[in-house]
Parts: sequence; C-alpha cells; structure tokens
Amino acid sequence: MGRFEVLVEVSLRDGVADPQGATVERSLPALGFDGVSDVRVGKAVRFNLDAPDADAAMDRARRLSESFLSNPVIEDVRIELGEESGAGAPRSGTGTDMSPGSWPS
Amino acid sequence: MSARVGVVLFPGSNCEHDVVEAIHALGGQAEIVWHGAASLPAVDAVVLPGGFAHGDYLRPGAIARFSPVMEAVRAMAAGGGAVVGICNGFQVLTEAGLLPGALQKNAGLKFICTTVELRVESTNSVLTSGMTPGGILSIPINHFEGNYTCSAETLARLRDEDRVVLRYVDNPNGSMDAIAGIRNEQGNVVGLMPHPERACDPLAGSNDGAALLRCLLAAASGVRAA
Repeated sequence: MGRFEVLVEVSLRDGVADPQGATVERSLPALGFDGVSDVRVGKAVRFNLDAPDADAAMDRARRLSESFLSNPVIEDVRIELGEESGAGAPRSGTGTDMSPGSWPS
Repeated sequence: MSARVGVVLFPGSNCEHDVVEAIHALGGQAEIVWHGAASLPAVDAVVLPGGFAHGDYLRPGAIARFSPVMEAVRAMAAGGGAVVGICNGFQVLTEAGLLPGALQKNAGLKFICTTVELRVESTNSVLTSGMTPGGILSIPINHFEGNYTCSAETLARLRDEDRVVLRYVDNPNGSMDAIAGIRNEQGNVVGLMPHPERACDPLAGSNDGAALLRCLLAAASGVRAA
C-alpha cells in the first residue's frame, strides 16, 4: 500500500459558458496583459490517497472525482497523480468529521 | 383532513419557516424535519426549502444529497409522494439525481433578487395540477446559481414529455429554454428556482405563489386519500 498525492482540477466542460473565465479574460488587457485567450476558471482539490499501486489510485481518484467532486452535467475533471510517497499510515486527523454518520440527529 | 407537509431543514437552509408559514396560512399542516433524521414523519408531501444547505460547499446541493433524510425523501419520491424543491432545494434534487440537469451560475454572474413573471407550462405536476396552462404568475427569485442547463438529449426529453413546469417570461439568468422549473416523469417531483412561499400574501406584493402551494396541498391530500 502506498500513499499518492492527487490533484483534481474541476472545470466547466467545453461548450458550457464560463462567464467567470470570460470576465477575467476581458479584464486582462486593461492591466496591459495582452494575448491571453481561452481563460477557464475552475477549482482545484488536493488530497492524499492510499492505494496498492498507481493504477488503482488513478481508478479511485477518477471515480470519486466523477461521482462527487464534479457534476458531470456541466464539469470535467483532470487528475494529476503524484509520486508514491511511502507507506500509507493514516495521518492523525484534526479536521471535522463530515461523514454522514457523524451528523447530529 | 388537511395535508401534512414536511419541510426539511439542512444546516444552512433559510427559507424553511417561510414555507411553514405559507402552508399554515393556506390551511395545511407543516412541520420542520431535521436533515439528520433517518426517516420522515407521516407526511403527505416534502418540501426542500431554499438557502445554502451545508454552506453550498463544493457545489450547491452536492453535500446535501448525502444527508440521512435524503434516503427517505428518495423513497418517498419513488413511491409517488409529492416532493418539491424550491431554489436550493431544486439544486439538491438535481445533485441527488431526482431531477435531471444542473443549476450553474447566473449568466450575468450576478446574484439576482427580484420578482419575475413566470408562465405555467405543464399542469401535469403536483405543483401545477390546478393551474391554467399559459397563465402568468408573478413570483420572486433570489439566487446566484439558477441558470438551468442540461444535455441536448435531456432538453429534448423534457420538452417532448411536457416536463417543463414553469418558464421565465423574460429569462433573467441564462437558463436553457428559459426553464424556471421542471418535473420528473410521474409529475410527483418538482424543482423550481422561484419562491412561491414568498408570494402568498398581497402585502408581499403577490399572491400567485399561494396558487401553486394550494395545488401542492390538494395533490398531497389526494395521495393520502388514495
């Protein structure tokens, strides 16, 4: 089992209007930055993933990206898999547990 | 016996009391249901209200679809029960896969809070069954992500199957085909961006939303009687 750094880029699909990107693009010449085109604004999600090998890591990253991190109706994902970084002993988490079972009822 | 409506409260919902007030004013029973509930009380209809469920983290509705109560909402929808998503509730229904398509940022990148005119299209839904097709309603919208979009195939299906429930007379947000609300195949699940609960008293500027909620109460009573 190894630990892989994953970077998921979520952006609007080609053909879906990206008014944020268009606004950024229109603004750049005002600051003297000419020659910038095809601006698309998206978001990046970064995490570590434990998996037996790179193929398995990529497969899981793709499935979780397509089922949760993005909405395939309007968004595309691009996944970057980093180098495997040693054994995947879980880090001690300090964040809030957001799993459904932890919600107050 | 008046219809009983469950209004789901997610962390970040902010229109649940408006819906409860409106339902009460129309003679129905309404109660708030916490999103963490594993089941629904014995209600005849469920409303997912407006707001910012789970802070709209990731995408509006993306986290809310995992709320425990959504399993019960899903079961209710599958069983033919009336489920209506208003504004953020519509976004939750699309993310949960109970309605097709998605709501993206308004075309003008502006948060829009204004009263718009809507045309009643399909009357084959729990929200519009007693309405006049082509009738014009004046109801407020209040959203940043209300720009309805879907694939060309989905749009063709929505049109062919009479599943567009409401259209904007003057498209305010870039929605495909000026869609303001849609329904599922059976007509028991409806999502809409406008807020009928805010147009339930002439003092609020319009009473047109009350007509829609009356349809919902009538449809919900019918389900119970059946």
